[in-house]
Amino acid sequence: MTTAVAAAGVGTATRAGVEVRLESLQRRYAGVTALDGLNLTMAPGELVALLGPSGCGKTTALRLVAGLEQADGGRVVISGEDVTGQPANKRDVGMVFQAYSLFPHMTAWQNVAFGLQMRKVDAGQRRRRAGEMLELVGLSGFADRFAHQLSGGQQQRVALARALAIQPKVLLLDEPLSALDAKVRARLRDEIRRVQLEVGITTLFVTHDQEEALAIADRVWVMHSGRIEQLGPPTTIYSRPATPFVAEFVGLTNRLAGVVRRGSVEVRGASIPLVQPDAADGPAMALVRPEAVTIASDGAAATGPLVGTVIATAFLGATSRVTVDLGDITILAQLPTSEAAAHPAGTRVRLALRPDPVLIARDEAPAERA
Amino acid sequence: MTVAAKPLVETARRPLRDGRRLSLDWLGAVPFLAYVGLFLLLPTTIVVAGSFVGPNGLTLSNLTAMNQSYIVGAFVHSVVVSATSAVLGAVLGAVLAYAVATGNPNGVLRRLVTSACGVLAQFGGVTLAFAFIATIGFAGFITLWLQQHGINIYANGIWLYELSGLVLVYTYFQIPLMVLVFLPALDGIRPQWREATESLGGATWHYWRYVAGPLLAPAFFGGMLLLFANAFSAYATAAALISQGSIIASLLIANTLSSEVGLHQPGLASALALVMVVIVAIVMVLYTVLQRRTAKWLR
Amino acid sequence: MSRNRRLKLQVFRVIVFLVFGAFFLVPIGAMFEFSTRGNTETAPRTLSAWLTIAQSPDLVAAILASLVLAVVTSVGMLVLLVPTMIWVRLRLPRLSRVVEFLCLLPLTIPGIVLVAGLAPEYRWLSINVSESILTLAFVYLVLVLPYTYRTLHTGLAAIDVKTLSEAARSLGAGWATVMGRIIVPNMWSALLNASLLSVAVVLGEFTIANLLNYVNLQVSIFLLGKANAAVSIAVAVASLMFAFLLLVILSFFGRPRTRVARLEEA
Repeated sequence: MTTAVAAAGVGTATRAGVEVRLESLQRRYAGVTALDGLNLTMAPGELVALLGPSGCGKTTALRLVAGLEQADGGRVVISGEDVTGQPANKRDVGMVFQAYSLFPHMTAWQNVAFGLQMRKVDAGQRRRRAGEMLELVGLSGFADRFAHQLSGGQQQRVALARALAIQPKVLLLDEPLSALDAKVRARLRDEIRRVQLEVGITTLFVTHDQEEALAIADRVWVMHSGRIEQLGPPTTIYSRPATPFVAEFVGLTNRLAGVVRRGSVEVRGASIPLVQPDAADGPAMALVRPEAVTIASDGAAATGPLVGTVIATAFLGATSRVTVDLGDITILAQLPTSEAAAHPAGTRVRLALRPDPVLIARDEAPAERA
Repeated sequence: MTVAAKPLVETARRPLRDGRRLSLDWLGAVPFLAYVGLFLLLPTTIVVAGSFVGPNGLTLSNLTAMNQSYIVGAFVHSVVVSATSAVLGAVLGAVLAYAVATGNPNGVLRRLVTSACGVLAQFGGVTLAFAFIATIGFAGFITLWLQQHGINIYANGIWLYELSGLVLVYTYFQIPLMVLVFLPALDGIRPQWREATESLGGATWHYWRYVAGPLLAPAFFGGMLLLFANAFSAYATAAALISQGSIIASLLIANTLSSEVGLHQPGLASALALVMVVIVAIVMVLYTVLQRRTAKWLR
Repeated sequence: MSRNRRLKLQVFRVIVFLVFGAFFLVPIGAMFEFSTRGNTETAPRTLSAWLTIAQSPDLVAAILASLVLAVVTSVGMLVLLVPTMIWVRLRLPRLSRVVEFLCLLPLTIPGIVLVAGLAPEYRWLSINVSESILTLAFVYLVLVLPYTYRTLHTGLAAIDVKTLSEAARSLGAGWATVMGRIIVPNMWSALLNASLLSVAVVLGEFTIANLLNYVNLQVSIFLLGKANAAVSIAVAVASLMFAFLLLVILSFFGRPRTRVARLEEA
């Protein structure tokens, strides 16, 4: 694989990534504001994941960068050039769609070579470059196959090769894995990242799957209702969510009722510091990650607000997720498997909450799950 | 459509006396097969067989008798009229279909237009012929209106009741038929293909030249073939418009069936019908081939 | 899609619909005009032609005959085709190709050719069975096969016939129950579609009726056209409107389109 990649490296890595800036982008449809003043700067060669539930505006933002839709306000700047007024076919971007985008009457290599055909590259050279790109995505033997002869994952790889063949300045991916099976998804996601690093191209990756975003992005941009909720590296998004929406959309969260008092929240007998210590006093929901919930002891004869019965255990490999019934609510705890195995379903346990700073939510409906 | 090797639902089979299993399932298909055999295959066979029967038994004289100028002329006229109305109908129908396909797929306009096309495409040449007579016939609405303004469209003969009139009226039902046949193909064009073309640097004409054009070509030409077969087989419109003579093949067959010549030479009508069926069958086979291609690309 | 392109597309559509609309509606309007003309050029418009329809016994008989034929053909088509198609789908899948071919064959055999071969059969029928025009139903059933087969096939394909029938059979249902109470109720819109299509085809049929010397709706319009043009045109318009109405109703019972986006949409 490395030799193939190295051979394909000729002509693919010569163009270094460029900076992409979205400045105060606005987009309205029939009275609904899809984007309201979006600002984002992507560093050269960076992979930014645009993560959010359906309808949050992420696809709109991507299509504005591609030029498939016109912004109502703001600018798109690629490599220092304002491209806001330019139509899609002048913008030199490569786009991978969710599905069905391969031309069905052309073979794989003809699809890949299409952009080169638009640029008047001669036939022999087109064929050669198409072959290189197909090798880059691991489909060397499939050049003469048609779309209906390829699996979903293979089709998306051809689509990726096609987008990269024209050596665009930016690579845009619109939920490229959503239409695929789970197993194929994980493998292809890593392929996309490998190719992106190989070529060094600035990439915008739109998805509603937080696992995908966290796995491959350099930075994640969480969106909700046309606004940015948080922008940062995956670890920060996960371990230090800035808003309740991010906390609930990314990873799992327990919502525990409690009372805020002087910079801490009192939840079920425990006092936990807040991420934002200047929050007003009063009732609130504390957002506690399952990793912050531990088993304090066997609660065989004990009672208390954190004592309950184990209902179910989900084996996830090195860790397990344990569901505990506390009487009025159920709570999720993520434990090392050995510890979880020691407390099977039916056991009574007493839980403890680690004193990591938490976010609170007040009177908000739970965010949509991915 | 896939053909499975086994029946989809298995139940316990009844063993037969000599140990072999005989499925009685085939009985279920008998009514249909018998019916179609009696009212479709049998008449067709009668026609085909009848072409080779003369007053004295089996003969090829019916077929050789067709080499007369009035017979050849009728078939040539049929081909010309069918081809002309097919091309006109295909082009205009494709344009109308495009206008419909780019609208709301569940909207009222689309429903109305497709229903209207359904009616006009198969409803009956007599009605349509009369409609045209009422419009531009001798005492027709437009004819009179034009006469009041000094224009006589029949200055060089009454063409409505001749071949050119036939082409005009045929176009009236060829266009709707093309819309019905071509619309599903247009629906199969995915918006992602246009967007992919644009993102790869193609302009509108690139899209039509390299993507949409080649993809729609089989459906377009298939539709044209279907229109040709449709016009070639048509009888009612011509019967209503052309009161005398047998200038096209279907009129010729009808007149031969009921005329003196036909009674003395029963095989002749059958032979004429055989030729017509062969021509139409060839066109339909080509049409089916193109349809398969379309279905593969534009599901 | 850019605003410029969208605008150009809308202009194109408006022009197309106006031009084609005129082309198709003018002759129909002309039929209305012709059938309501007065006796002389200056006489006022009159509905006398329309009213005469009810007073002409031959015409009324032909209309009724066609309507009855339409219903009989439609019912006969359902009775013959639906059980056969279900049975073939479940138990005789190898036969499905054959059934499809036979159902599409009438498209390839022109009516005029069929008549040439039917003449002897119908002579036999009129002598030994009945002279009634209703015997045309036998042929009409074959004529409607191509259109109704497609509709029913789509309807059957949309419901998972295999799973439904296996579930019913495992719960103890016999084949009649499976067909009548499980499958058919789930494809009623396809059945309605097929019936309305049959009715439209039968009402519009001329060739076979005429050459076998029966007088159905279209034949009577044709015959009357020579004698009394206005009345025959009135009937023609009425039958056209009726068929159009049927097919509009039919379009409301079809399945909604589930495509992702319309053609040319961004």
